[in-house]
Amino acid sequence: MGAITGSFKGFGVTFSHMFKKVVTTDYPFKPPVSAPRYHGRHILNRHPDGLEKCIGCELCAWACPADAIYVEGGDNTEEQRFSPGERYASTYQINYARCIFCGLCIEACPTRSLTMSNEYELARDNRQDLIFTKEQLLAPLLPGMEQPPHPMRLGDTEKDYYVGALTNPGTSAGAERAPWSETGTVDGSGTTGENAS
Amino acid sequence: MGIEEKLPSGILLTSVEKLVNWSRKSSFWGATFGLACCAIEMMAAGGSHYDLGRWGMEVFRASPRQADLMIVAGRVSQKMAPVLRQIYDQMAEPRWVISMGVCASSGGMFNNYAIVQGVDHVVPVDMYLPGCPPRPEMLIDAILKLREKIGHEPLGPNGRKMLEARRARGDIPVVAPGSMPSSYRNDKARRAEWTRAVAEGREEQLRIENWMKAQNHLVGRADR
Repeated sequence: MGAITGSFKGFGVTFSHMFKKVVTTDYPFKPPVSAPRYHGRHILNRHPDGLEKCIGCELCAWACPADAIYVEGGDNTEEQRFSPGERYASTYQINYARCIFCGLCIEACPTRSLTMSNEYELARDNRQDLIFTKEQLLAPLLPGMEQPPHPMRLGDTEKDYYVGALTNPGTSAGAERAPWSETGTVDGSGTTGENAS
Repeated sequence: MGIEEKLPSGILLTSVEKLVNWSRKSSFWGATFGLACCAIEMMAAGGSHYDLGRWGMEVFRASPRQADLMIVAGRVSQKMAPVLRQIYDQMAEPRWVISMGVCASSGGMFNNYAIVQGVDHVVPVDMYLPGCPPRPEMLIDAILKLREKIGHEPLGPNGRKMLEARRARGDIPVVAPGSMPSSYRNDKARRAEWTRAVAEGREEQLRIENWMKAQNHLVGRADR
């Protein structure tokens, strides 16, 4: 008798799952929204006029614990200007077969040039394709941006760019504070947390 | 080796090839080869939340004889390398290898004498999956990419010849099999978008663009 009620109890547990909510995520069909700070593949950002933010300082490469980043700096000239200031990255590569997505490069970046997106579908069938070059990493040109090389449009020196970036950062995807946050700028008006409503 | 070595070329072979590839890819059985932290994510992918059972591969075989797919999940030490090779040799053909995580793919951050700098020094790898560790979605993505690749594999010597002939004619797909992200491939509109972007050589830009569109908290689009 006990055996029969016992097995009914057991099957009952199994059977009751037919009426429970399905917990399985529908991944490739409905990709889940990842956490906003999820460490995905990198983005090399641009100033609002399209110039690159990267100044080729190699701090990211130095910070990288896995030696995944390779940077070669080059000199900007008046005819060939890729970034405001003196230097730009003539070669920029991230080896995703090495990168551990720790985000130390993001912390090291002095110009907020390098940020991370939440994209993670990176599998490839050879190691060569996993080395992302500058062309693949650079942010797309948004409206109003112009493909470098071109002269500085937003000021005479690089300082104007960095001061202007407080209110008008161009693409620095993922690095800004959310507009509703306490300490961040609100509506890009330049007012900081204390006096903003 | 097998009967496929004697198949003639032609339309019949193409059909048989499709059927064989479909049956080969439709239920991968993975060999249990968890070596480190990546194995935790691999187990999670087999669990009910991510559920690899949707593609008929929730069983991770403990015996290599019954497995088609070896997921090398974790860093391979020099001492483990011969064991790994032996497991691979014991698997029946056709067999595939996914190197899961950066340690298996290239040694990752362990650039030292103890770790094999990439499992492809030991066994042929069909899919490299970066991440440290990759989240279960990334593993599923890699598996789906590998499945797509298998769907385009030639069968036997005549199949390889036909593939070579197609390549020589320039009859190759715009998007190489196994290179499109799964979330794009399984959505008709995004798939077309990706194909167009590959033709223009800007697929990575497209990916960032789409991601930025989805982030409405970014400055410049404060309309929330």
